[in-house]
Amino acid sequence: MPALHPVCPPALPSASGRGLPLWLRQRGALHSAPADVAGGREGGDDVDIHGGKSGRQGWRQLPRWEDKAAVGGDVVYVFHGPFAGDEHPPDCDQHNRLRFTGDTLATMALTLLRGMRTPISFRSNTGLFFTVLQPRLARFTTRAESAQATEPKAAPKSIQLATKEAAEQKTQGFEAIIGIETHVQLSTVTKAFCSCPYNYGSQPNSTICPTCMGHPGTLPVLNEKVVECAVKLGLALNCDISMTSKFDRKQYFYPDLPKGYQISQFDIPIAKKGYVDLDLPMEFGGGHRKFGITRVHMEEDAGKLLHSESGSYSQVDLNRAGVPLLEIVSEPDMRTGIEAAEYGAEIQRIVRYLGVSNGNMQEGSLRCDVNVSVRPVGQSEFGTKVEIKNMNSFSAINRAIDYEISRQIMLHKEGQAGQIVQETRLWDESSQKTFTMRKKEGLADYRYFPEPDLPEVILTSDYIDEIRKSMPELPEAKRRRYENMGLSMQDVLFLANDDNVAHFFDSTIEHGADAKLAANWIMGDIAAYLKNEKLSIDEIKLTPLELSELIASIKNATISGKIGKEILVELIAKGGTVKGVIEEKDLVQIADPAAIEAMVDKVIADNPKQLEQYRAGKTKLQGFFAGQVMKASKGKANPVLLNKILGEKLNAS
Amino acid sequence: MPPPLQAHRLLISHRRLPTPGRRRFTAVSSVQSAPATTLAPGPATSSILSIRESLLSGERTAADITSEYLSRLRRTEPSVRSFIHVADAAAQREAEELDRRIASGDKDAVGPLAGVLVGVKDNLCTANMPSTGGSRVLEGYRPAYDATAVRRLREAGAIVVGKTNLDEFGMGSTTEGSAFQVTTNPWDDSRVPGGSSGGSASAVSARQCVVSLGSDTGGSVRQPASFCGVVGLKPTYGRVSRFGLMAYASSLDVVGCFGSSVFDTATILSVVAGHDKMDSTSSSQGVPDYASELVSLDLLESKPLNGVRIGIIQETLGEGVDTGVASSIKGAASHLEQLGSVVEEVSLPSFSLGLPAYYILASSEASSNLSRYDGIRYGRQVSANDLNELYGESRANGLGHEVKMRILMGTYALSAGYYDAYYKRAQQVRTLVKESFKAALERYDMLISPAAPSVAYKIGEKINDPLAMYAGDIMTVLNTLFYFGDADLSLLWAMSQSICRHEILFDMVNVNLAGLPALVVPCGFVEGGAAGLPVGLQMIGSPFSEGNLLRVGHIFEQSLQNLSFVPPLLAEL
Repeated sequence: MPALHPVCPPALPSASGRGLPLWLRQRGALHSAPADVAGGREGGDDVDIHGGKSGRQGWRQLPRWEDKAAVGGDVVYVFHGPFAGDEHPPDCDQHNRLRFTGDTLATMALTLLRGMRTPISFRSNTGLFFTVLQPRLARFTTRAESAQATEPKAAPKSIQLATKEAAEQKTQGFEAIIGIETHVQLSTVTKAFCSCPYNYGSQPNSTICPTCMGHPGTLPVLNEKVVECAVKLGLALNCDISMTSKFDRKQYFYPDLPKGYQISQFDIPIAKKGYVDLDLPMEFGGGHRKFGITRVHMEEDAGKLLHSESGSYSQVDLNRAGVPLLEIVSEPDMRTGIEAAEYGAEIQRIVRYLGVSNGNMQEGSLRCDVNVSVRPVGQSEFGTKVEIKNMNSFSAINRAIDYEISRQIMLHKEGQAGQIVQETRLWDESSQKTFTMRKKEGLADYRYFPEPDLPEVILTSDYIDEIRKSMPELPEAKRRRYENMGLSMQDVLFLANDDNVAHFFDSTIEHGADAKLAANWIMGDIAAYLKNEKLSIDEIKLTPLELSELIASIKNATISGKIGKEILVELIAKGGTVKGVIEEKDLVQIADPAAIEAMVDKVIADNPKQLEQYRAGKTKLQGFFAGQVMKASKGKANPVLLNKILGEKLNAS
Repeated sequence: MPPPLQAHRLLISHRRLPTPGRRRFTAVSSVQSAPATTLAPGPATSSILSIRESLLSGERTAADITSEYLSRLRRTEPSVRSFIHVADAAAQREAEELDRRIASGDKDAVGPLAGVLVGVKDNLCTANMPSTGGSRVLEGYRPAYDATAVRRLREAGAIVVGKTNLDEFGMGSTTEGSAFQVTTNPWDDSRVPGGSSGGSASAVSARQCVVSLGSDTGGSVRQPASFCGVVGLKPTYGRVSRFGLMAYASSLDVVGCFGSSVFDTATILSVVAGHDKMDSTSSSQGVPDYASELVSLDLLESKPLNGVRIGIIQETLGEGVDTGVASSIKGAASHLEQLGSVVEEVSLPSFSLGLPAYYILASSEASSNLSRYDGIRYGRQVSANDLNELYGESRANGLGHEVKMRILMGTYALSAGYYDAYYKRAQQVRTLVKESFKAALERYDMLISPAAPSVAYKIGEKINDPLAMYAGDIMTVLNTLFYFGDADLSLLWAMSQSICRHEILFDMVNVNLAGLPALVVPCGFVEGGAAGLPVGLQMIGSPFSEGNLLRVGHIFEQSLQNLSFVPPLLAEL
């Protein structure tokens, strides 16, 4: 166990007379409140992907505002490299991470001076990072060989259908604009601002302390692992990392928000202006896409409300309160449901590759809120945007968006465009429709201001360099590398989809295996086995080394391909080495022409009737003889040699 | 040995200063002859030191000492009402336990604060006692943990005797804002002890406990120290951990200490100061043993303050300051000169800008910090039909007027469209205030000013119509100041002058805005009550210069030969 946050005081006794579990003792207090499905409410309204943030206009250049420096006294978090791998809050005594400028206030002003606040434009039309702003179906490459699904979670047919429909709708003179806010729950050992652990599914209110319960007098202490994860993700998304950033308070009342505010980042996110590259699956026509990332910021999660069945009371579970999140806001660059779903899938791949999150949508570790608007082609203003929540798979994202697009286009066509209002809609899986959850009557005012309890976060370039060095190869780089190996796009997408698979593949070819053959084995027999047994590739006993041995043994004709498949199953299930299994089961290929000839002779002798038919012109029967010989050899006869000898013998007399 | 301070010297103004009016000023000589003061006048002595000596020598037991304080507490409390909660039985038990350990030869038992009775302001969390912050919304709430400052006191052997009264969540300057009771000033029971740490100041003044902890967001330690005639220290922001202090304005709040002597104050500061992992804004600057740096006057040369440069802040002695207070401060200044220091007038141009900025920042942060008192997880909850009603009723019933007022102000200041005009501009002003202090503290080792512009006022005098005070005046002014944000600084300044006339905390908040340490030492009296009302001298230093302040404060205090700051109340006992 690494050193964690300072130990929080023990769990609270129920001295307040209310105690735990936390009850809202009231009649029917909350049952009409929206279900907090997938916890998606937070982060919902602050960022207007389409239209920019209202309210905070008119930032003017004003002299000498130190902001956090003025607020937070003389202490700042400074992250130097090399960063500590273990997880604990910055400890200035031990690690000398805190910089003091308290005795010289002017120095403070200089060293901590951050740029003036500037209006954040969530609406970037510069197109700097975006190569594709319009779906160009005609340009989709059509290299697809087979229609085998490479995206197991998707229901290929319906998606394809929906995509086609959406595409058709666009040809009717409308286009959709889609932006996504993704919340990634970090898999740190402890929460963002206290030393409580978080484990999905644990007993309600079992991993809480006075700090994450928002008790009087408690203060947040930043878990530096959160900064590390944020920088990793920022780099992976090709963002500019803010050397100086700060935390802000986002204020609203809700029972799952213990402090009455969420610690988040407002105007200076830790990372901004990035992009993500991805390749659409072949069954959707393939094609490369580049979507802009507006920003990535750190924040804390809220708890969960559990509503009683009768609706007469609600309970609060604060286990999740204070769990670190990274919110990723995309540019409004997506145009179809499949693009949005693939964007989400790529984010999932990236966070899994980086190891910052398990990216599990069912558990809410990865949540996507989608903003959709529709406008006539050629119009430069965005249409009214609608936010959709409650999609717990990428396929649901795809379907929800395509449904919403067609709903909005329909309203446009019927001259009812005025009925498209700014609102939050929920995706309902059973009816495959979106429903109004709440209308937005004016923008919520979160009254952001700099969090005075936390120093600013100052990163050194050494720190960022250390993290950059430690970054694994990311999905996009992997895909391009595999592509350059000559693999088909379908292979590339399959292999790079899962970090473990890619690692297995890389390791196999490092041992000398041919890339195409290795890919075939992994995508074929191994994938089938994994699917049947519901295992992941790192859970089987087959090692990359043995797979490369197997491939080599087939290539040098020690064993036949058929035997290879048998050995593979053996290796996957029981482990061991290729050589060992071959020896143990005596599976070495019979390549001695004399031995094969003897078997051929015997088979011909045993089947005079068939021989007669063969010689009468029914040459197809060669297959029968070959099968018999193979059977006699227990599958070990070299098939090439066998066919050669057999042909000679059959046609001899 | 420096010359003892002559009483008449207090009347002699500094040569650079205008002759003070003497209308309400009473010569100290007349005060000291007041029959009520039976305790021998003379320099304050350290209670902590004498407790320690008697415990070590076996002359007295901790139980004896505790009984003495508790019996005084019982007799004075009906009129003073400093405490919201008294843990007398627990204190007695802890003292007896300490005696047993001392008797068994456990040398470690006599920690630096062994047997010292401490009062703790009720907005500091204590694990085994209620902590309400003076608010109904937390009535009956018992925290699960000790505030870091309290924990450190206990670890040093101190005995927490109870929780002292305060203005609700520290918002106020009279302690009349407590939801539970009104504390009176031990020097005159018709007057307030000041606030918001009024209970802590009056408890030390009435010797109900040896030392106490308070908190200072805009003068809440210094002003009551001045009103009650005790030593009060507001440390540098970040010097003492805020963990366990119910947040009012996080960027301004500090935990402060009260003692009846500079030595005692220095001793508890050494114990509570220092970095705390639980508070990211606490400083890891090393903590000196402040008390050990205080040398007996006998060992010092005749001009112990030779070479010390002191600036007296011009703006704090102008309009709106009681003439008696001004005279006392000028007298103190000339005494400091006598001790060898150089005292000059200094002007802080942005001084008067501080108050409006303070109100914006403090109320903004308060509106956020107090949103956790929602009745959901702890504290007062009102039965309701829907969620909004639950929130609304719980908070409407639980929070007092002053608190609601500040929440409203802060919510307004932070709302979309106003943020720039209020909060952001206030931050700029804060920077200006800091810079002007910094410039002054480059030229002077410390700055002095009155700790409050008047002596303690009558109960009820300042709370007649707080709504009118805010709504009619400050909000209008702030609106003009901040919302029409293109006003230049001279307009800002002119407007804030108008606020200052109505505001008693005018010279306190700047110190908080700049995060500087300030020590208040009693320095004289103004006529009033049975034996005069004490006046406090505020000494402001550079960040983390508490040691300097305490040294100079100690020399100043020890050389006040003819003044005694023991309230008449005790003589009657």
